[in-house]
Amino acid sequence: MWYRRYWRSNLYSSGLQPLLFLAAMGLGFGSQVEPGPDTGGVDYLHFVAPTLLVSGAMMIAVFESTWKVASGFQWQRQYVAVISTPITPGQVFGGELMWVGMRLLLSAVVYGVVAGALGAWLGPGALLVVLVGVLTGLACAAPIMALSATVRNPSNAFSALLRFVVMPVMLFSGTFFPISYIPVPARMLAWISPLWHGNELARAAALGGGEWLPLAGHGAFLVVLLLGGGLLARSRFYRRLVV
Amino acid sequence: MAAVGERSAREPSPLVSAKALVKRFGEFEAVRGIDVEVVKGEAFGFLGPNGAGKSSAMRMVGCVSPRSDGDLRVLDMDPQVDGPSIRARLGVVPQEDNLDTELSIRQNLQVYGRYFGLSRAHVRAKATELMEFAQLTERADDEVDTLSGGMKRRLTIARSLVNDPDLLLLDEPTTGLDPQARHLLWDRLFRLKQLGVTLLITTHYMDEAEQLCDRLVIMDNGRIVAEGSPPELIACYSSREVLELRFAPGESGDVASTVDGLADRVEVLPDRVLLYTENGEAALSATHARGVRPLSCLVRRSTLEDVFLRLTGRTLVD
Repeated sequence: MWYRRYWRSNLYSSGLQPLLFLAAMGLGFGSQVEPGPDTGGVDYLHFVAPTLLVSGAMMIAVFESTWKVASGFQWQRQYVAVISTPITPGQVFGGELMWVGMRLLLSAVVYGVVAGALGAWLGPGALLVVLVGVLTGLACAAPIMALSATVRNPSNAFSALLRFVVMPVMLFSGTFFPISYIPVPARMLAWISPLWHGNELARAAALGGGEWLPLAGHGAFLVVLLLGGGLLARSRFYRRLVV
Repeated sequence: MAAVGERSAREPSPLVSAKALVKRFGEFEAVRGIDVEVVKGEAFGFLGPNGAGKSSAMRMVGCVSPRSDGDLRVLDMDPQVDGPSIRARLGVVPQEDNLDTELSIRQNLQVYGRYFGLSRAHVRAKATELMEFAQLTERADDEVDTLSGGMKRRLTIARSLVNDPDLLLLDEPTTGLDPQARHLLWDRLFRLKQLGVTLLITTHYMDEAEQLCDRLVIMDNGRIVAEGSPPELIACYSSREVLELRFAPGESGDVASTVDGLADRVEVLPDRVLLYTENGEAALSATHARGVRPLSCLVRRSTLEDVFLRLTGRTLVD
């Protein structure tokens, strides 16, 4: 319902924004970058295309699970209205997470198709990149929804989240360059960032290569984050709505 | 608790039955053991000042707030066990409107109906019917944001009827509305009552309770302090008429001793003396005979407000 009205502005932020990044970084900035061992021997365009999809997915997840969710509890209070019906708080959370998943899938597909037209994909691995993007986005959305269901003063919490978590994660998770170029302490932060795990998986899927065990580890990290964050968020929805 | 006028013929299973029901928030006890029974087809009121525990009681009946102690059955089910099945048959009008402000009136009704698992075709027809009922048909495709307070309230009531509920819970349905909007809402609620919908209403408006409720309880401080129909309560806790004598501020105190014995009960306020009596005119002549010369005087019938103020006190509770 809501989407029918806002799809235009939404299409921009979710689908086109990462594509603009792809054009600027991949085609523009990339023209100055020599293919080398750090880019896995491929053009910079091919190097950043998969990770821009994943980081775009993370941004969608962040926006869909912050203000919108907090508003359901305390401004518009739709969740309060919904739990007066047979719907339970757990189902409200499940519905929201599914909604984020659909949004992620849609924009990943749009990005994938347009990036394909720009020649950013080297093979059918792009299809896997779409799935990795959705998984990474959901793994970010679940714990952020738990936060949104908990905080009583979301404005402060969300600006802190954006400034001190999302921004650094976006820059230092191997989206634009391998994390081996950042100092070890900062690199340790990348290790716990879902975006880095998603990026590693996406790049391996698009460009091939990568060893089986580390890739399984990256995938497991995301799945655990999704499940753990999901369980936490579910219980937070109950605690907030059933008092 | 004083029960007035026990109903002789009880239906086998009341729609709501609470025994020693308690709600605690941490240390604070919002509801301190209330006994309530609501039978099919009646309009039952929870009356009380702010913070009396009305809304907490209502939320427990609405199965969105677990009870802390005591026993509660709604539609012959246990809210803790069968919450979703009970909620499927309830209509809820919350104290604060929580409509989806970005959707149109029609969409609000349709989307809400879908939460009850009703089919698209059914909610489409139902939305049209309810907009008619709430006199909102002309605004059907306007966004909720553009509606006045009274229209939003009517829409909230229409929304609560989307599943044809057996029991309608209304938490302060007319708070903040102008007289026109209130009367229109009362009219709609009357119609529902005539259609056999059971109403459970909380309010702190006495006229609303007198207009709508067949039976009510007065709550104060989490407890029920009186129960009965509006006329029963007036008969039991007040007199038939009230004589109000108005004086310049500060003078009323001197009069108190003069009028002593002229009424069943005398209440002295800073600017007024109230005499609760069976015959206001007679009391008025009697006060004149004793030489009392008020600035103005008024004989009126006793209302629920007199009962309410007597039972819950005149002090402001916050």
